[in-house]
Amino acid sequence: MMVRVRGLKKRFGRLEVLKGIDCDIAPGEVVVIIGPSGSGKSTFLRCLNLLEEPTEGTIFIDGVDLTDPSTNINQVRQKVGMVFQSFNLFPHKNVLDNITLAPIVVKKLDKAEAEARAYELLKKVGLEDKARAYPDQLSGGQQQRVAIARALAMQPKVMLFDEPTSALDPEMVGEVLGVMRDLAREGMTMVVVTHEMGFAREVGHRVMFMDEGKIVEEGPPEKIFNCPENPRTKAFLSKIL
Amino acid sequence: MGLIWKSLPYLLMGALETLKITIFAVSLGTVLGLIVGLGRISGQKVIRFLAACYVDFLRGTPLLVQVFIVYFGFPQLLEQLGSPVTRIPPFVAAIIAFSLNSGAYVAEIFRAGIQSIHRGQMEAARSLGMTPTQAMRYVILPQAFRRVIPPLGNEFIALLKDTSLLSVIGIVELTRRGQIIIASTFRPFEIWFAVAFIYLILTFSISRLVTFLERRLDIK
Repeated sequence: MMVRVRGLKKRFGRLEVLKGIDCDIAPGEVVVIIGPSGSGKSTFLRCLNLLEEPTEGTIFIDGVDLTDPSTNINQVRQKVGMVFQSFNLFPHKNVLDNITLAPIVVKKLDKAEAEARAYELLKKVGLEDKARAYPDQLSGGQQQRVAIARALAMQPKVMLFDEPTSALDPEMVGEVLGVMRDLAREGMTMVVVTHEMGFAREVGHRVMFMDEGKIVEEGPPEKIFNCPENPRTKAFLSKIL
Repeated sequence: MGLIWKSLPYLLMGALETLKITIFAVSLGTVLGLIVGLGRISGQKVIRFLAACYVDFLRGTPLLVQVFIVYFGFPQLLEQLGSPVTRIPPFVAAIIAFSLNSGAYVAEIFRAGIQSIHRGQMEAARSLGMTPTQAMRYVILPQAFRRVIPPLGNEFIALLKDTSLLSVIGIVELTRRGQIIIASTFRPFEIWFAVAFIYLILTFSISRLVTFLERRLDIK
């Protein structure tokens, strides 16, 4: 298993946001997490690279226990790419430097090699002509594609997407989903929190419906979207579809 | 007018001394302020506490008293500790006191600057595998530096003006030289205005420099 989660709980003070999550994600699998806001889906995703520290439970990424205090979290994070809703590009660096910073600083790659790889990634996300642009000169869709390239530059084994299209103007959603679709086809293991049901249906291998800190129902997209069993899943889908 | 022209070289020598002390104190104060500012947001409770004590003490007591502590107080302490050197030259005492004092204000400026950077920046850096130190150095601080330039400029202007206090420990800077001229000419009106005008030129230059830097380093 690429990702293995057992008994994951997360409390913020008195508020229990995750109430015991178990899940396994196979290499190359694309898991789409859906659910109402406040259901804990983003928190769950953020636990997978320890941006949130679990209160209880264990998380294994590629065989490494994240919750073991002796684990070097910086090493694990190199294997887990993350794409944020608000892009979080580094505004003081141009596109190329955004992508090469971590490979140079963390992986000690030399500059020429890091840049060669960055250009390949920019080509992949269709932005090779924007290498010298600064983030605020790009549209939201372009910024998010750079953010994906930046995460891929560390050659992760798993990619986490936290509502990657929620901050975008509608006409830019397609270009970002397109890049994600290509990535899925190449066999990247992906965990995607999204409200894009079309994407979930088309690209997802498995859809998880979360509510109130639990995985309420999961299964192949056709099953979840066409004949959901749980009443809460039904109620949620009837509101958004 | 003739008096002012005649006194000008003498006053400008004082302005040079003022500027020298300011530049020394600003440089040391900035380094100190950065260290203490990072201490204020450290993960270590003890370090946070010590940094907060430092800032509170130096911001909560008069600069003049701090100058007295360094210039008159420290030599006594050195003597009691049996140090072979017990005299601190006024210039050195001035720079120590002003750097320590400025460090406290600059620490708060840096702390605020760092905390004003959106938390997503740190998260993005950490999610790429950077250590907290790497994230601070390559992602947070370069952005924070740009934001703190205007308040740092204000701090430097305040510091420059405060050096006029230093006449009390015998430093012959601009204000002291004004006093000396007045003592022999009895023309306080012209001389104090001339002194004020020279201060104004100095502070105005700093504020222009700050505006220039701000524009140069602006993130488009």
